[in-house]
Amino acid sequence: MTTCQMNTPPEMDMKEETRHFNTQLAIIGSGIAGFAASIFAVNRKIATAQIGNTGALAYTTGYLDLLGKQDDEQAAIADPWRALEELRKNQPNHPLSRIPTADIHNGFDEFTAFFGEYGLAYSRPGANNITALTPVGTLKQTLCVPATMAAGPRAFAAQKPCIIVDFIGLKGFSGRQVVANLHDRWPDLGTERIAFPDMDHGEIYPEVMARALEVPATREKLAAALKGAAGQAKVIGLPAILGMHRPDHVRAELERLTSLEIFEIPTMPPSVPGIRLRELFEQVLPHKGVTLIPQQKVTALTFAAEGATLSLSDSYGPIRIHTQAVILATGRFLSGGLEAHPDEIREQLLGLPVTQPADRTLWYRDRYTDRRGHAIHRAGIAIDHAFRPLARDRRPYNERLFTAGIILAHQDWIRSRSGAGIAIATAYRAVAEVERFLIAQA
Amino acid sequence: MTPESLRKGPATGETILETEVLIIGGGVTGAGIMRDLALRGIHSILADKRDLCAGASGGNHGLLHSGARYVSNDLHSARECRQENELLKRLAPQCIEETGGLFVAVDGDDPKFAEKFPTLCRQAGILCEELSVAEAKRLESHLSDKLIKAYRVPDATVDPFRLALENVDHARVINGSIYRPHTEILGFEQADGAIRAAICRDNRTNTLLTIRARQFVNAGGAWAMIIAQLAACNDVHLLYSKGTLLISHDRITHHVINRLRPPGDGDILVPGGTVSVLGTTSMRTDDLDNVRPTVDEIDLNIREGTAMIPALATARYIRAFSRVRPLLQSSGNSDDRGAARGFVLLDHAGQGLSNFCTITGGKLTTFRLMAEKASDLVAARIGSKVPSKTASVPLPQGEACRWTAPGAAPKYWFKANNPDDMILCECEMVPQSAIDQIVQCAPGTEEEMTLEAIALRSRAGKGPCQGSFCGIRICSYLYDRGYYRDRTGLVHMRNFFNERFKGQRTVIWGQQAAQMELAEALHCGLLGLDSLEDD
Repeated sequence: MTTCQMNTPPEMDMKEETRHFNTQLAIIGSGIAGFAASIFAVNRKIATAQIGNTGALAYTTGYLDLLGKQDDEQAAIADPWRALEELRKNQPNHPLSRIPTADIHNGFDEFTAFFGEYGLAYSRPGANNITALTPVGTLKQTLCVPATMAAGPRAFAAQKPCIIVDFIGLKGFSGRQVVANLHDRWPDLGTERIAFPDMDHGEIYPEVMARALEVPATREKLAAALKGAAGQAKVIGLPAILGMHRPDHVRAELERLTSLEIFEIPTMPPSVPGIRLRELFEQVLPHKGVTLIPQQKVTALTFAAEGATLSLSDSYGPIRIHTQAVILATGRFLSGGLEAHPDEIREQLLGLPVTQPADRTLWYRDRYTDRRGHAIHRAGIAIDHAFRPLARDRRPYNERLFTAGIILAHQDWIRSRSGAGIAIATAYRAVAEVERFLIAQA
Repeated sequence: MTPESLRKGPATGETILETEVLIIGGGVTGAGIMRDLALRGIHSILADKRDLCAGASGGNHGLLHSGARYVSNDLHSARECRQENELLKRLAPQCIEETGGLFVAVDGDDPKFAEKFPTLCRQAGILCEELSVAEAKRLESHLSDKLIKAYRVPDATVDPFRLALENVDHARVINGSIYRPHTEILGFEQADGAIRAAICRDNRTNTLLTIRARQFVNAGGAWAMIIAQLAACNDVHLLYSKGTLLISHDRITHHVINRLRPPGDGDILVPGGTVSVLGTTSMRTDDLDNVRPTVDEIDLNIREGTAMIPALATARYIRAFSRVRPLLQSSGNSDDRGAARGFVLLDHAGQGLSNFCTITGGKLTTFRLMAEKASDLVAARIGSKVPSKTASVPLPQGEACRWTAPGAAPKYWFKANNPDDMILCECEMVPQSAIDQIVQCAPGTEEEMTLEAIALRSRAGKGPCQGSFCGIRICSYLYDRGYYRDRTGLVHMRNFFNERFKGQRTVIWGQQAAQMELAEALHCGLLGLDSLEDD
């Protein structure tokens, strides 16, 4: 466990055993939605605290999907913006249907711009999806990719000769597999296996390789090996190992040393691209003034007339965060925002009503990979027009409580390849609503 | 045989195989017959339309009965179990864990039944030791506070997959007897009161083959009546009882725990390596091939099991499964649990056939005895005077058969101490070398082995992640080694996940819901296995 990182605002009272913080917005949850909300809030000069375990972030691939598939269709979506219009017609309750296209676009713009400042540039949202590569050699539609991965889709689109390089001792990523599954769509794709510098024996791990590549000497050795592997090809694909903190720099250096174009393919999660996002958020947001408590869980959230209070503890004792507004972005089952009990699905923190199938027999279809998806994924929190969760009486649970991310009902982010899209767009909207609320309060 | 499966044909080219005995059905009984015959010097082919233990042999508690379970309603079966239990512990220790078993009664259970239990055990020759409530709780801390009576008996656990694999492998080593998975019997050629050949289809390649033999043994388990009818034998009468069991993430008890009452739902909890198996329900069914657990059956098992072991109410479950038990209809008993669990050997002489027999019913514990009886008949018909040796010859340990035992893989891996031999299944610590060995030399290996076939021969996919990670890793490794060369490898991967899901579907709550969400995000969201082109 790391100790929590946080700023020490003047309000902090050292004499009390319980430490108190005051803020305008408290964001509960540290996935894409929570961090996107923090970024949007900071950019709008809203005093922000963010709490919640960042574990699930490591499971992201780095790709930012907006809408990659229509439910129950095999074909991928090329133009996600037009697909959003379809979605509005067919699924008006879908969280993305509640957000104007311009807001979604702005959200992606603002979110991706943030990373560029810190050595992890992203492609900006384009008019069409990008056809991106997966570690097993399938293709997937996504909207934005890290700059370290961008050359792969470009080389595929241009059908350039390319070598996928894999490593002795790195399991779960096989160049032969990528090539076997792509060769009919990318005939000039080949593969080579090399030893990673100074790790030529036993099992090696992407995270360790990535950190090793921040050292210039390792890069030089790897560059020599890559040049040997490239043969006639001018483009090299690697598993995602190009550095942890300065991936753009690591890639640029390797390209300079090899005179080759180099790109990454995400590996099996937990993967380097996910860990990069987590570490970047954890390092950058406190500098931006966010009170970030990434390893703790909020144990209680109470509302009073003058504000809301979050209770949690860290290794130094109890903490109370007093806030004007709250965004609940606690995710689904993996992140603990929702809990599946044998008899029903429950919201973990407040016991908010969960829109869900009548009983457990209806949660899943018989066939796991059924293209229509499973009803359990569409379960979640119902909201009003201002992204406030609804109580049992269908009225907002509290005027100060907003919500964002895949905890929302009426969407299946897995089947529609829209996890980051829902996270970013709903965070954008929720922060806009918070801002409106704070102004009205003031 | 359904008309549909017949229509699947026709196939090109015809292969003809010859053997002395064709055994139909790759459950433990068929595997046992194969070895029994081989030990008598008789060559056989064992054919299964799917793979080893695809029926009830692979879908039970893995309980090696002491016999105590049957003392109240079937003394004969109880005695058979007692004898076989003792034999197998001695002859096949690699497949068995001597856990011991407890029979426990709780508040509300019939005290009269509990009182007469030791006497009944004595009548069957089964060792039965009464324990004080305190002593029982000391042995098994999870036992209910409402415990009123406890007895200890020599129950044990047995790995049916390893048992079948070892029997088949030993037969191969002795005299080159052959095991053919995915080989379905479509019909028989008969002449002069005897079967001459079985017409079969290889379900993997969809090609026809003919197997000629002198003797034909139907060891089809629940499918025995259908197979007999293919030979126009109408003297096999079976009823089908569906049983559903579930597997917990952790091993909850050291001993087998039986409810001390007449057999009922959810009253046996059996440890199996690092997990426990709870069951079973009992429900009539007509469908042999598409049985699946239902939410009601799962909840019933847990509710009943909780009376003995309250922790079962909150335990984490990783999987459930259903199989069909064949019940002998002739017993004329209206209660399926009361129906004799004994076995039957039919020589079909009354049906005008001189070289066909059917063996069915029975239970895992008595598989060796069943195999011996069937083999005695076959041997006599062939004119062999060599007696069965399975009651005295120990079952050797086959190298490629050792990967099914829970906890075995880590042991071998640590022992080999080879850092280049990477672990592919992290839940169960299955290394690359195990996959290589299985692909190359386990019984029934094939050119392009599916992940399901590998999982059957190892612990891969049996842990808490249920294969969702190791399925990707093993698939990747198979591509890497050149076993998979195109997109069919992805189809194998997808099919493996779909198959594992059948067992997960009814127990996805708590941590399993998180696990499942992550798995699906990976398999469908990232890899796109929900939109492969062959869909």
